[in-house]
Amino acid sequence: MIPTPDLSHLSHKDYEHVYEPAEDTFILLDALEEDADCLKQVQPRICLEIGSGSGCVSCFVGAILGHTSLYLCTDINPHAARCTVATGVRNQIRLDAIIAPFAHPLLDRLKGSVDLLLFNPPYVPTVEEEAANAQHHADIAGAWAGGEDGMQVTNELLGLVEHLLSPTGQFYLVAVKQNDVPSIQRRMFDEHGLRSEVVLERRAGVEHLFVIKFFRGCPPTKQVIEFCH
Amino acid sequence: MVRLITHNLLACHVKGCNTNNFPLQFQDVQIELREADFNADFLRGFLPKIEWNALVDAARQLGDTSLPQEQPTMIDDDFLKALHHVLLEIHVEEGAMVCPNCKHVYPIASGIPNMLLAEHEIG
Ligand SMILES: C[S@@+](CC[C@H](N)C(=O)[O-])C[C@H]1O[C@@H](n2cnc3c(N)ncnc32)[C@H](O)[C@@H]1O
Ligand SMILES: [Zn+2]
Repeated sequence: MIPTPDLSHLSHKDYEHVYEPAEDTFILLDALEEDADCLKQVQPRICLEIGSGSGCVSCFVGAILGHTSLYLCTDINPHAARCTVATGVRNQIRLDAIIAPFAHPLLDRLKGSVDLLLFNPPYVPTVEEEAANAQHHADIAGAWAGGEDGMQVTNELLGLVEHLLSPTGQFYLVAVKQNDVPSIQRRMFDEHGLRSEVVLERRAGVEHLFVIKFFRGCPPTKQVIEFCH
Repeated sequence: MVRLITHNLLACHVKGCNTNNFPLQFQDVQIELREADFNADFLRGFLPKIEWNALVDAARQLGDTSLPQEQPTMIDDDFLKALHHVLLEIHVEEGAMVCPNCKHVYPIASGIPNMLLAEHEIG
């Protein structure tokens, strides 16, 4: 059992501005915990979490992997970046937080270098404008407002994954049913040659949550579903 | 935290700014030194990803001259210790990073770089 990171330093005041870990966070932690041995074998040197919020997920990965990796965390919300750093300090994992959209200022230098990429995106379907505004204001609404099919923000990252992943790199994405998981998997294979599998799936209240893992070439685990045929 | 390991990975991403946009130049910085756990495997694994000249120049800008101008071919313990300190223990807490090409200023506050752009600067 890997303990859930200590977040007791964060208060209700913080959660007015920063996403408080919820079922979508926890399904990602559970997926990472199931894959812990496999992750250690890959020996990641560079982990990158997009939209780190409270920093809970990257801290958890830090607890699995220890000081053998760099943990980069981006978020468009400056409050989130501060909470990410604070959570790292609290849990004795160095998280290098950057206020930035996606991986934009890192794209040149991290080409083909990210061993573990994580994104629990704003996935809730909203009208397009609401998502655009939320991205612009970079506040708490940016944590959930996902535009059409809830995919407006995720789609932008999906276009960057192949560029970022190292040869043995893996990308974990949280999604909900309305995002159309099979279509995401098919597109990533057709357009970027990335394979994938659903590593976890569960209902939580009204949400039907998924964690999808993407990777190049050889499957890191046994039961891999191919979407080419 | 803007440690030099992070600085070595950040480039200007203003629309159309594609050449000479790395490394960003430090400006008016305040530095803190904080100890980090030494891990030789990590350093050896990370070494191939470093832009060496950018790292040496950044370290010198911050007053640290412990790294050789040329990346050594012999990786011994003394070198790894120096590399560890420069990459992971020097924290830029306040100040800014400036693009050498378009002069965009990216502020650093409480150790966190703000790389957000205004609407018209986005690619
Ligand atoms: C659902 S929350 C997840 C937070 C945290 N990772 C977790 O699992 O609890 C989504 C996070 O993504 C951030 N975000 C939204 N759009 C982003 C973008 N374009 N680039 C980086 N981060 C973004 C939000 O500010 C928010 O912190
Ligand atoms: Zn520039």
